[in-house]
Amino acid sequence: MSSSARLDRRAFLKSTAAGGAALVVGFHFPLAALAQQSQQRPPVNPFNAWVRITPSGDVTLTMAKSEMGQGVMTALPMILAEELDVEWSRVRIEQARTDPQTYSHGTGGSGSVAGSYLPLRKAGAAARAMLVTAAAQNWNVDVSACRTEKGKVIHGPRNTVLTYGELVEAASKLPIPDLNKVTLKNPADFTIIGKSTPRRDTPLKTNGAAIFGLDVRVPGMLYAVIARCPTFGGRAKSFNADKARAVPGVKDVVQIDAIAAGANSAGGVAVVAENTWAAMQGRDALQIEWDLGPHASESSELLSQKFAELIAKPGTVIRNDGDAEGALASATTKFEATYDLPLLAHATMEPMNCTVDVRADSAEAWVPTQGPDWAMFAIAQVTKVPREKINVHTTLMGGGFGRRYQADFVVEAAQVSKAIGKPVQVVWTREDDMQHDFYRQATRQSLAAALDDSGKLVAWRHRIVSTSIRAFWDPPDRAKPAQQEIGSAAFIPYNAPNYRVEYSNPPSGIPVAWWRSVEDSMSGFTVESFVDELAHAAKQDPVEFRLKLIGEQRKVPNVLWPEAHALDTSRHVAVIKLAAQKSGWGSAMPARRGRGIAATYAFDTYVAQVAEVSVAGDGKVRVDRIVCAVDCGRVINPDQVKAQMESAIIYALSAALHGEITIANGAVQQSNFNDYEVLRMPEAPKIEVFIVPSEADPSGMGEPGVPPTAPAVANALFAATGKRVRRLPIRTADLSA
Amino acid sequence: MAEVSLIVNGSKHVLDLQPGMPLLWALRDSLNLTGTKYGCGVSLCGACTVLIDGKPTRSCITTVADAADKHITTIEGLSKDNSHPLQQAWIAEEVPQCGYCQSGQILAAAALLSEHPKPSDAEIDEAMSGNICRCGTYQRIRAAIHRAAAASKTTRVVLDGGS
Repeated sequence: MSSSARLDRRAFLKSTAAGGAALVVGFHFPLAALAQQSQQRPPVNPFNAWVRITPSGDVTLTMAKSEMGQGVMTALPMILAEELDVEWSRVRIEQARTDPQTYSHGTGGSGSVAGSYLPLRKAGAAARAMLVTAAAQNWNVDVSACRTEKGKVIHGPRNTVLTYGELVEAASKLPIPDLNKVTLKNPADFTIIGKSTPRRDTPLKTNGAAIFGLDVRVPGMLYAVIARCPTFGGRAKSFNADKARAVPGVKDVVQIDAIAAGANSAGGVAVVAENTWAAMQGRDALQIEWDLGPHASESSELLSQKFAELIAKPGTVIRNDGDAEGALASATTKFEATYDLPLLAHATMEPMNCTVDVRADSAEAWVPTQGPDWAMFAIAQVTKVPREKINVHTTLMGGGFGRRYQADFVVEAAQVSKAIGKPVQVVWTREDDMQHDFYRQATRQSLAAALDDSGKLVAWRHRIVSTSIRAFWDPPDRAKPAQQEIGSAAFIPYNAPNYRVEYSNPPSGIPVAWWRSVEDSMSGFTVESFVDELAHAAKQDPVEFRLKLIGEQRKVPNVLWPEAHALDTSRHVAVIKLAAQKSGWGSAMPARRGRGIAATYAFDTYVAQVAEVSVAGDGKVRVDRIVCAVDCGRVINPDQVKAQMESAIIYALSAALHGEITIANGAVQQSNFNDYEVLRMPEAPKIEVFIVPSEADPSGMGEPGVPPTAPAVANALFAATGKRVRRLPIRTADLSA
Repeated sequence: MAEVSLIVNGSKHVLDLQPGMPLLWALRDSLNLTGTKYGCGVSLCGACTVLIDGKPTRSCITTVADAADKHITTIEGLSKDNSHPLQQAWIAEEVPQCGYCQSGQILAAAALLSEHPKPSDAEIDEAMSGNICRCGTYQRIRAAIHRAAAASKTTRVVLDGGS
């Protein structure tokens, strides 16, 4: 998710209802309401929201984000447990009920640990303070004479003890302490945070017990599979369901409308059956006449033409320091490059699905979602059931990557359930998932630069054209098309006195939204490829060149989102040096093998990666090793930081080597893993992750590992072959000897 | 519709099903064994992998008719308590992230170890190449398979429900 969408947590705290929150997602009204709610939230009793303790001392901690593989189910309760001061091995964890008044549920923008760290510390500390107060009152002593130790309050020369279990009833009735005044532990005293800790969901993910969205089974539930128009924005004009209804097990066939506002669902014709297979068979037997809609002539070729027209002209100015055009015009040597990146599918392992039971005046839903509060709003919108009567359960999910933030698969299930008056699970096939995704934007980006005689950057001009997310989601009078398209391209760490960034976008009906690291998945590639091209043109070592261009330590403000942390070049330099050192940068490599480096800053986290590649004579690429250095501030669970780096690298590499969604006649051409290939084990490189110790506030980990991977590989390919990759996915034919 | 007899994890179930229904949906919808997953429906991703008479099989393209009266092992049948060496290795190496592909991964690995008790990296890559992981756990899967192989005292891994 984009840094802009992640920062909605700060926007909620600072902005007015009509201001910042409305910028973020297509849901204008509900998000504004969320923003208001979060400002108005009364202080929450930690014993209602976060901590349950039984008289015998069993502790259950609540986790309010979505566990999609990134490890929050373990990391977030670790923070609570640390400040609460309980024995971690005795802690149980449960998913929060969906309650936007109490919890900030939205999981994305690599913001869960970063955004929850301080609030959870305060909640845990408040609960501990209330337990101590209850004990002190019981003993008639001062709280300062009491201390805690793993679930016990202790006092006096004889170490008199009262357990949390004995105290909780009285404690939970005490006034809630002022959260700005609770005493937090000194991090030097942490015994849980900072230790590699086994994930609590690992055992259930090794024995089939974990319940994902598609595994939900509720009494009386039926299964539905929906026929959606293959072209974007089309709809069913008419349909014949006779053959569908004749399939054994099929119970009903209903048409549902497309829902635009906040969901952009396709609508379609749903076949409802007693089992998934019958629903799929029934859907195949439908005869539908489609009105192909307004985007039926959209294609990748047309898009490429529109990109070509726009990249040749100046765009809207995003940043303009000095006079880049002038400096370029008067430069003796100018360097230019144009890069092309394709639409990409999320391709989560578990396809989209949702189970909803709409009743007369209430509703219940089981949703694999990154935004259960938005799911609740979406269900309210289409069913007219009041929000307070909607119970949304967040399930585990087979990958999110930004796709599961959307409400399209939620509203469909609500619509079908409401139509048939029964609980229904809408199942998406892999083909549905591939063809009705919200894709990572396609982009063409041109960069131009001039260096002076000493190799310093004199001018840097970056022109970005893409299929804008905000232009797709927001009404034209309110859309800010550049908002989620630029990222760190607008505040590079390289000193450039003349620095210009421009943006433009063609009209397009292609559905686009947040794909793991969003704008930085694009700008990471273009910026780090181009600076590498400059290094080689200047005949300098790519690591040394970057360090020279970064120069003296300074803070580089995020000009797009001033509330975000500025890029601290000393931390940036540190990850570059660490990755270089650990990879053996500079040592000779055999022919057709090479190393490349890339370093990016996204979601307040610094990542540098060195890729080592081998290229066969026919151009076939093998990525042998990726050495990764990461500074994400204070680490909660070190092994999971490594796991997230491994995850992001494989996700990015899969896209770099194979990922491409193409459009013809207004429809996606790919359908399954045969024509949208993804990385498999034989192609997986050895990955080594080095974490920079830091006491800075924790910053994001879900996405920051993505942006540097593709450029590191492209830069390694140049080192290995002398050939520069300027478009993804990497093509074997482009690299043959 | 016809009566089909499926022997799953040692238990026999007689079900009234369309003979052409893929085994995957009989397991998930008729028997409520949801540990076996749907990922692609065309045997490309491996999430639906089960063992039939000990052999790794894609349940999304195996009909219930073809699976009838054979010994089917699903993830639920590997052990009662996560005690199978592969499950123990998966936990020790902290393999799963989202976890959705892992049932298929573990069963494919179980089949590999029954043929190659001490597999090389190349043998692991080859055997596991049919199982996609979108979360990128490949490196840890390799490590877990090596760990399970090292921990196994028997030269052949005996599987529950096998003949």
